[in-house]
Amino acid sequence: MIRMQDLQKDFTVRVKAGRLRREKRTVAAVDGVSLTIERGEMVGYIGPNGAGKSTTLKMLTGVLAPTSGEVSVLGLTPVPQRTRLALRIGVVFGQRSQLWWDLPLRESFRLLRHVYRVPAAEHEARLRRCRSLLDLDAFLDTPVRQLSLGQRMRGELTAALLHGPGVLFLDEPTIGLDVVSKQAVRSFLAELGATGDVTMVLTTHDLADIERLCHRLVVIDHGRVVHDGTIEALHERYGSRRSLVVDLDRPLPDGFTLPGATLTGVEADGHRVTFALDTASAGAAVAGLVSAASVRDLSVVEPDIEDVVARLYASA
Amino acid sequence: MGEIGAYVALLGGKLRSMAAYRTSFAIELLSNLGSTVLDVVTVFVLYRATAVVGGFSLAESLLMTGLTAAGFTLADMIVGNIDDLKRYVRTGTLDTVLIRPLRVLPQLIFMDLPLRKLLRLAFGIFVYAAALVANHIQWTAARALLAVVAPIAAGVFFGAIFVLTASLAFWWVESGEIGASFTYGGRDFTSYPITVYGDWFRDLFAYALGFGLVAYQPALALLGRTDPLGLPAWAGYAAPLVAAPAVAIAALVWGTGIRHYRSTGS
Repeated sequence: MIRMQDLQKDFTVRVKAGRLRREKRTVAAVDGVSLTIERGEMVGYIGPNGAGKSTTLKMLTGVLAPTSGEVSVLGLTPVPQRTRLALRIGVVFGQRSQLWWDLPLRESFRLLRHVYRVPAAEHEARLRRCRSLLDLDAFLDTPVRQLSLGQRMRGELTAALLHGPGVLFLDEPTIGLDVVSKQAVRSFLAELGATGDVTMVLTTHDLADIERLCHRLVVIDHGRVVHDGTIEALHERYGSRRSLVVDLDRPLPDGFTLPGATLTGVEADGHRVTFALDTASAGAAVAGLVSAASVRDLSVVEPDIEDVVARLYASA
Repeated sequence: MGEIGAYVALLGGKLRSMAAYRTSFAIELLSNLGSTVLDVVTVFVLYRATAVVGGFSLAESLLMTGLTAAGFTLADMIVGNIDDLKRYVRTGTLDTVLIRPLRVLPQLIFMDLPLRKLLRLAFGIFVYAAALVANHIQWTAARALLAVVAPIAAGVFFGAIFVLTASLAFWWVESGEIGASFTYGGRDFTSYPITVYGDWFRDLFAYALGFGLVAYQPALALLGRTDPLGLPAWAGYAAPLVAAPAVAIAALVWGTGIRHYRSTGS
């Protein structure tokens, strides 16, 4: 579906050197990325600002030509075959708009039907589906310039899907949205992904997008892939563990140990303790605790992906 | 057909968008007309001071002004907005256009066609028609054909100059108004008989860059006058062909520009 082989994109920047002299310097925005994405996959692309996420997306959509390496999407090479590819992919740039600013949303959809030459019946069917899933009806006749960001983003998603693309590229689709709009966008994308017909690549800074949507996570930094796998694999690799937070009536007896878990914190004069679960299951750990101490309350805390990623960016 | 329908839809979107701002459209329409009227008035003012300029009477000179006005306003209305390429690059409109299944230049032209320049075009054609009448031309079939082809060729030539100069923005987003010295500067050059210009300047603009073939030479042929600068009589009839190399060069530079943009992303 999508293949990148040793993909490279260099930019030449001019740096001031001395009063009048400027030096040319080459910066690799994408530095030898090789990835294969199969049909129906949902891949989350994350990385700090300037890591090369958007540049990669632009090379996949034919906006930018690679400096070297190969890229193919749906069997097409994006730059020479841009217009053919454009008919079969959908693109949402979170900070750009595909819609006609001064026209009602409905009009933009009608115009896009002509731009993508979609038969009327297909267009209607897809629009109907998006209208119900994204609740568009309330603002379908409102000019785009008057829409809230959340409403506009729902419009942008619809606009990108009306020609029935096999691959959907989303560049920060939830940027700037409030919690409710984020949820709406995510559940829509989750539903779309569940059909298995659409391959999705999304970049984001909001890791909740990834947790909710993407099985596969690609972390990119300084133009290189530093992680490619599931979120669980990321946790495993960086040693993040689930932990058990326990409120006790009395502090634990001296020398208490829990097999397969490490005591990582003691608070409130020993009335609250935290164990990191190394090999023990949560069930076994709870059982071990209850048999030895008087437990008032406990909770299992999932590892925080934000922490893992922050550590990953810092170490890269 | 499908692709043409797409461009028609883009134009329709532009029309409907404008309908949202009817009053400001009407004002723009009139203010745009004003600037072209002034160009023509300038010619009249010039001939108040002297009856003959560069060996040409007011009516003869007006034919060159009219031919230029008709051709230039035609080009300005159709591709003049490509001047905004700098803005399209900076705001990312160019990226949006690149992800659609259509060619870049026609998309930019049709989605932003400056219809506010419509009255200007009408006035340009009017001045040209008036100049044709004022000159008591000895009509032949060849002259009639030339009278129709010349303004269209002038439009195509100026259109190519617009695209050519706008392409600068692919390499140099801060290119500013350099392009305008060739588009608007070129228009001002061709509005007058080229005999009024100094030697090296005339050679450069009129013949090296081709502006002398846009209005001056066809006007000579229509008037049946021999060129005081010595070109043969048939040169006036052949002059419209200058549009062809201009378009070829513009297409080449534009294509190279797009490739450069894609390889630098700036």
